[in-house]
Amino acid sequence: MAAFWREYRESWIAVVALAVVLLVVAAALLAPWITPQDPYDLANLNLRDARRAPGFVGSGGYVHWLGTDAQGRDLFSAILYGLRISLQMGIAAGAVAMTLGATLGILAANAGGRIEQAIMRVVDLQLSFPAILLALVLVAVLGQGKVPLIIALVTAQYAYFARTAYGAATAERQKDYVEAARATPLPGHRVVVRHLLPNCLPPLIVVGTVQVANAISLEATLSFLGLGLPPTEPSLGMLIANGFQYMMSGRTWISVYPGIALIVLIVAINVVGDQLRDQFNPRLRR
Amino acid sequence: MLGYVIQRLIQASLVMLAMSALVFVGVYAIGNPIDVLISPDATQDIRAATIRHYGLDLPLWQQYLAFLGRLVQGDLGRSFVLNIPVLELVLSRLPATLELALASVLIGAFIGIPLGIYAGYKPDSPVSKGIMAASVLGFSVPTFWVGLILILTFAVNLDWLPAGQRGPTVEVLGVGWSFLTLEGLQFLALPALNLSLFKLAMMIRLSRAGTREVMLSDTVKFARAAGLSEFTILRRHVLRLISIPLVTVFGLEFGSTLAFAVVTETIFSWPGVGKLIIDSITSLDRPVMVGYLVLVAFLFVTINLVVDLTYALLDPRLRRGGRV
Repeated sequence: MAAFWREYRESWIAVVALAVVLLVVAAALLAPWITPQDPYDLANLNLRDARRAPGFVGSGGYVHWLGTDAQGRDLFSAILYGLRISLQMGIAAGAVAMTLGATLGILAANAGGRIEQAIMRVVDLQLSFPAILLALVLVAVLGQGKVPLIIALVTAQYAYFARTAYGAATAERQKDYVEAARATPLPGHRVVVRHLLPNCLPPLIVVGTVQVANAISLEATLSFLGLGLPPTEPSLGMLIANGFQYMMSGRTWISVYPGIALIVLIVAINVVGDQLRDQFNPRLRR
Repeated sequence: MLGYVIQRLIQASLVMLAMSALVFVGVYAIGNPIDVLISPDATQDIRAATIRHYGLDLPLWQQYLAFLGRLVQGDLGRSFVLNIPVLELVLSRLPATLELALASVLIGAFIGIPLGIYAGYKPDSPVSKGIMAASVLGFSVPTFWVGLILILTFAVNLDWLPAGQRGPTVEVLGVGWSFLTLEGLQFLALPALNLSLFKLAMMIRLSRAGTREVMLSDTVKFARAAGLSEFTILRRHVLRLISIPLVTVFGLEFGSTLAFAVVTETIFSWPGVGKLIIDSITSLDRPVMVGYLVLVAFLFVTINLVVDLTYALLDPRLRRGGRV
């Protein structure tokens, strides 16, 4: 672990990215304590404060550092609360997709024969089909809300995990240690869970980080298109969509700041994922 | 070879069948389309008549079979909202999307490949590092956000290009194309650039990786020994060697570009099929949703089939059936 961290530290960009990710997660977790207002408590909102430029001192008596949106919400607060929802969606969808995908992938690699064929055919088919279309249709069919959205994101993403797990598991199970474990009287599922699975984890973790970023981005896209979460639970995508109509009249901050928050988060997660991939990749080992 | 082709054709039709069933069940089985069709205060008689008219009283599998029967004849049903045949509707919107997708793939190739080759040729130069950093951004920044920034920069602040809609079209072969006029091109520029960013990033990565590999090969050593200039080596040897995987990805990407056009078209109010599907989702126009999805699935299966068959032509090992 210490050696792993020492190697990670060699890339200062990756360290900065990790710091940014941690900072954003912390800020999102602590949002109720560090924001000047609860943006979804209607009693706090005053329409006279609506669409004010950054730096405006509103009726609450504090400075709106990032301005306010069309309902008079403090944008800084709205962004942190939006980040909470975006992160929730991304992590939940990523975790479920990873569990489902890894199970299917390892099952396929282990079972062989018809089961392998059937699972991997479906996975390959899905990989050739753009995730966004799939998610779009599912959200349209299942309706709005957190659970339908997570189902849509998981369906759109599990195939990546299944492919990765399948690849890793087929490579691992030919190795001697698996062979040796199988020769012992241990039950088959124990060999899979205790021996095969841990060795398939590194590539899955890399795909996992990238897919969390993708899930956040996909969720934002769907919300931007008006197909994501209901307006009562505004994620970053919806904040951006709400600001879009005011952009033409020069009130750009309503869209731009939530967008910057979104991008900083996604890019930082991707940089961390890239670094992890390089470190896990045996071919790049010195 | 013939056996392989037949095998792949059967596979492709099975996939199409499965997709059509999934789409049909997914879109029709959940929720009741009749609520969209008639106003809630219609009489029971009108309600029953409408249900019978659309065959919505039959069991689902009969509805599916009827749908499949019509599908084979090229009849995708009529739009609930606009009351025109879905196929006609989709086809009338298709040229706009094709134009957009083609423009963006071309931008991706003509800018991305040279940049990628440069980054692979001089991997340590600051310019290359800048190119690679930009490609990471292109991969990770969501399309809709880039679209907003493009509109903000070029349409609102600089006022150089229009912020949306499609420009005037010129009729060629009975279809309107907008890239033939200067004004049409101005309207095309921002959406095409927006849609191309992902492809651009990918082309950069692929051609960089390919170039780095090829530069170490004997081909390049011998070409250098023969006294060819570096530019000639890059153009005549490296470009040719890396072009095979690029062409494959290019083909596959064209399909996904059509899909991603959904986002770009919505932002730029581009009247293509992507905007159509979003509109049909918001107005619960089920026949249009089903028709669009079946067409897209058909497109994907066809592209994959063509790619597989091309591979089989290029690589004899694949012809003897079986998996790779």
